[in-house]
Amino acid sequence: MGFYVAQFLGGLAQASSLFIVASGLSIIFGVTRIVNFAHGTFYMVGAFVAYSIADRVAGAWGFWGGIATAALVAGGIGVALERLLLRRLYQSPALFQLLATFGVVLVGQDAVLAIWGPEDRLGPRAPGLAGRVHLLGQAIPHYDLFLIVLGPVVLGLLWLLFHRTRWGVLVRAATEDREMTAALGVDESRLFTTVLFLGALLAGLAGAIQLPREAVTLHMDVAVVVEAFVVVVVGGMGSVTGAFLAALLIGQLQAFGILLVPRITVVLAFLVMAIVLAIRPYGLLGRVPALPRGTADAVEPPLRPASPGLIAVALALTLVLAALPVFAGDYVLALASETLIMVLFAASLQFIMGPGGMMSFGHAAYFGLGAYGAGLVVKHFGATMVTGLVAAPLLAGLAALVFGWFCVRLSGVYLAMLTLAFAQIAWSVMFEWTAVTGGDNGILGVWPASWAATAAPFYELCLGLSIAALLLLRRIVFAPFGYAVRAGRDSPLRCEAIGIDVQRFQWLAFVIAGVLAGLAGGLFAYAKGSVFPTYLDVPVSVDGLVMVLLGGVQSLVGPIVGAVVFHGLETQLVRLTDYWRLVVGVIIILLVLAFPQGIAGALGGRLRSGRSGTGEAGR
Amino acid sequence: MRWSRTVVAAGLGVALRVALVGLGTAPSPAMADEAVKIGEINSYTGLPAFTLPYRNGWQMAVEEINEAGGVLGGRPIEVVSRDDDGKPEDAVRAATELLDNEKVVALAGTYFSHIGLAVADFALHHKILFIASEPLTDALTWDKGNRYTFRLRPNTYTQAAMLVEEAAKLPARRWATVAPNYEYGESAVASFKQLLKAKRPDVEFVAEQWPVQGRIDAGPVVQALAAAKPDAIFNVTFGADLAKFVREGSIRGLFDDRSVVSLLTAEPEYLDPLKAEAPEGWIVTGYPWDQIQTPAHQTFLDAYRKKFGEAPRLGSVVGYTTFKAIAAAINKAGSTDSDKLAEAMRGLSVASPFGDITFRPGDHQSTMGAFVGRLAVKDGHGVMVDWRYDDGAAYLPPDDVAAARRPKD
Amino acid sequence: MTVVLRVEHLVKSFGGVRAVDDVGFTVGAGERVALIGPNGAGKTTVFNMLNGQLRPDHGSIQIDGVEVRGRRPRAIWRRGVGRTFQITATLPSMTVAENVQMVLLSFHRRLFDIWRPAAPRYRDQALALLDRVGMADQADRASATLAYGDLKRLELAVALASRPRLLLMDEPTAGMAPRERAELMNLTAALVAESGVAVLFTEHDMDIVFGHASRIIVMNQGTIIASGQPADIRADAEVQAVYLGSGAMFAPRPGGAA
Repeated sequence: MGFYVAQFLGGLAQASSLFIVASGLSIIFGVTRIVNFAHGTFYMVGAFVAYSIADRVAGAWGFWGGIATAALVAGGIGVALERLLLRRLYQSPALFQLLATFGVVLVGQDAVLAIWGPEDRLGPRAPGLAGRVHLLGQAIPHYDLFLIVLGPVVLGLLWLLFHRTRWGVLVRAATEDREMTAALGVDESRLFTTVLFLGALLAGLAGAIQLPREAVTLHMDVAVVVEAFVVVVVGGMGSVTGAFLAALLIGQLQAFGILLVPRITVVLAFLVMAIVLAIRPYGLLGRVPALPRGTADAVEPPLRPASPGLIAVALALTLVLAALPVFAGDYVLALASETLIMVLFAASLQFIMGPGGMMSFGHAAYFGLGAYGAGLVVKHFGATMVTGLVAAPLLAGLAALVFGWFCVRLSGVYLAMLTLAFAQIAWSVMFEWTAVTGGDNGILGVWPASWAATAAPFYELCLGLSIAALLLLRRIVFAPFGYAVRAGRDSPLRCEAIGIDVQRFQWLAFVIAGVLAGLAGGLFAYAKGSVFPTYLDVPVSVDGLVMVLLGGVQSLVGPIVGAVVFHGLETQLVRLTDYWRLVVGVIIILLVLAFPQGIAGALGGRLRSGRSGTGEAGR
Repeated sequence: MRWSRTVVAAGLGVALRVALVGLGTAPSPAMADEAVKIGEINSYTGLPAFTLPYRNGWQMAVEEINEAGGVLGGRPIEVVSRDDDGKPEDAVRAATELLDNEKVVALAGTYFSHIGLAVADFALHHKILFIASEPLTDALTWDKGNRYTFRLRPNTYTQAAMLVEEAAKLPARRWATVAPNYEYGESAVASFKQLLKAKRPDVEFVAEQWPVQGRIDAGPVVQALAAAKPDAIFNVTFGADLAKFVREGSIRGLFDDRSVVSLLTAEPEYLDPLKAEAPEGWIVTGYPWDQIQTPAHQTFLDAYRKKFGEAPRLGSVVGYTTFKAIAAAINKAGSTDSDKLAEAMRGLSVASPFGDITFRPGDHQSTMGAFVGRLAVKDGHGVMVDWRYDDGAAYLPPDDVAAARRPKD
Repeated sequence: MTVVLRVEHLVKSFGGVRAVDDVGFTVGAGERVALIGPNGAGKTTVFNMLNGQLRPDHGSIQIDGVEVRGRRPRAIWRRGVGRTFQITATLPSMTVAENVQMVLLSFHRRLFDIWRPAAPRYRDQALALLDRVGMADQADRASATLAYGDLKRLELAVALASRPRLLLMDEPTAGMAPRERAELMNLTAALVAESGVAVLFTEHDMDIVFGHASRIIVMNQGTIIASGQPADIRADAEVQAVYLGSGAMFAPRPGGAA
């Protein structure tokens, strides 16, 4: 009995920590609709600042003062982020701010490394709360009890803030209907600044109070932001109470889950999220969002076919690329092959994000399963490369068929998070099913067949397949099917009224994207010679997202430009400097500020409006 | 969409240019005084706490080698180092670049096991020597070993075996294990169980916990272990997880009256952050850099402190010895030909700060050992006491037995 | 006159409140029937049951004698029901012509084609229809850039493209200038006369209702309180009582449309 109580209390303490970081994220999203990847950065900075102060100033002042200062510093960074960066992007397509915050994450990682150095740090225990109490024969740390109280206290304070102050009422109004608050003459920019302050402050606080419980490391940011997103989405975006309930649920399931199935912790939160979203598409306490009208989303201009002259130019460049092996070495060809694979991957993602209007945080699942499709037939059946490259899109397509069926029932960030949940579930299967997949040691020896063993033929293969896939995608977009997919994004209401089953088209689009991502993954497996669970992991999904957004989500060439720029930057900068993440982050931020419609989008728009007035895009 | 084709074209053009930047200058034919290039790949941005001391180590080795006249009768060694960002695919890309652009004659490095395996397979495929310095997975030299891959550090099995020797002496019969849920944790626990059962048929394993690497939920894990009422615990967690586990465990009294046997815990990389909270009495493997009195180590220690103004970590020794081994292999082979280098590596003996080590000809595993001892706290810092150096050769399975586990070349 | 829409004993409750209580009526081919009533009368609920967005608790809805009660909107469309929305719902990323072509592609079940380009398909038919609503000259404009009145006309073309038997128009003139309103309704009348489609519409503007409806159904508190020719409705005492207790609203205004 005592044991279960202790386990329950442990779960509560964990839940409190989760809640505090998630509440900030939820508030920021609720008001600004920004998917803030940098929330983990606030958290990490909070932890490091609190550590530094507690390390220098001994005793209670150092510890508690450190926590307070850390929260304020994080809040200040939030304000700076809003003032200097996000504010300039409110008129950009939805998600573009996400790209900006991703740049901030990269900058933050290297900034923290530069300031605090690489070592893990273990902070002091909380003065006055370092001991334990005995409860029913079990030892419970004082600090756990403190956290258990702190969570509800923060919830209560937030409730008071939102219900008893004018500012709070405005925040709630903005959460429910952003248009209306704007119409009421509320100073939106001030509201957003203060909301960022509060959200970042909560993140910093959450990081700082972990000081007595865990080591402060350079990896805290990414680990926590994913978990916080899960909590926010399970709770219902924008609902602080929902976040609290979700944190309780996940905290308790973790605490008791490890008793039954110790290995389940790796996906438990994602399983919970998938189940909750399957039953409640807007989370536990989330509301169906009011249909956005006249949002900042730029309307994509109608499709126009390419002119003959430009087709000729493209053909000529294709020929040049085909001739690349004549004058390039193996490494250049390997890099070019890889870039083509990334182009294919990004294009498959753009197909569902642009025409389909479905945001995905989990597209790596299909890329990775493609790689495994190839790897598994090689490992278990000694299959040839051609078989492998058939198995790759097949396995990925099957997964997309199953996962997509659930995903297309949701929309917006919920859809994105469900794709993430499925990606993590797929990842954990590859990771844990060692007998079949080799676990985290992966599958080795997936090298190209003898006819493509050297760099040049393999490059030509990648070039041929990528171009074929891009042309196919283009063909699909210009065909009635692609029109139907775009119609579903444009107006589900109109689609229903003209007999279009939106979900079915979204589902099929999802499968097509999965198949092509799988092909990319299969090629990638042969390019690298090995397959690992990391191919399905979050960073790959994020890379895909960044490539698509960077290029411009509404442009068919966006993913090409985005993949080339992002992949090129990463692979080249990594050779030049230890602080390549900082440089990549800064470049992304600058690109976002310079081209708030995406590089290709901006380029296309500028050229279009320069040429003629007839095709101007709508607002 | 009218403009799409141009932008496609422009985009691919950029790709081409980006790619060509990587070309660099064409290599000229080898000259007598031309540097011998070695490629080096590690997770510098992903794991700076371990890899930066490691880089110091190999930089010092390269300096010493070149000051002593280089290799092959006067050619200096030049190391081209790349970050893999903690991703196997990036490591393979870097390897391609090093091989093709930089014309390196050998590859070295890597930290994570799966990255080590990816580069090892690349080395086999491209027929180039690879010295895996850090990865611990048994598979690297055994089940997935290959002709061109050698490994410096004692693998998981060997270190577990060293700890089992001490564990078997304990009265404890009921054991619990806690390990990160990936191959390293799994194989450490499996080896430990198997070896301990062989020595002590009376022991039983009553609980196991598999926290996610880097995301341990320490309170519930500690409670769950305590609930099984074990006499002793075998711990494989390290880094930030270890810190959390130690703190929660000591607050909750998990370690009171219990023995703990723990892998890697006394390596300075992981021990130093614990400071005064280093759990006293734990039986651990590690690196007591401040207490090793051998001349070989003293020389290394003095040089390192002089050069970098700080104490070496275990990574420093690993980086240092890896490149000493490569230089020795090149000299022994008298050539930079991959097959000759691989042949030279088999049975190569090298002087390391821990004494002479040999790369076994059968399984390509070096006999570098580890220090086993108990943890104590002195002047607010964790230290190893009652330690000894266990030579890897004494704990590895016999070379021919190990070699039989390897795939046929 | 053929009955196109037959509604019988329609009931819908929300949490114990009967929003629609035993409603029944018919609309015949070529008729333009207005469904009116004060706010909360239940006309929107009826409308949403007719178009499939709401599922009735009881009752029957027949299109050309076929029961469609509780079917999805797209199934009801397939049975011959076209719709316009209070706030226009068009496909902003497509041209005017493409908006109409989409209906035709859907009607002819050609949307799963992933290969042949969509742009030329059914274009002539779409242009002919756009010509009828006076939009042919704007066929290649992005529909997102249209003026509101033009959007309304586009929507009318979209709703009629599938040659429906019944056209449901929810507040067709909402948000338009008075001149445009009359034009739109006159256009609708002309199209109805041509195609024999039955029209059921809701409308707040009583000038439009009395000037353009061939028959009027008045709802209040979930039931139909009156139904008949505009002149009869204008004279109906109960209807007058419901509308602010006076007939003033219904009196033709000088200079108003009619």
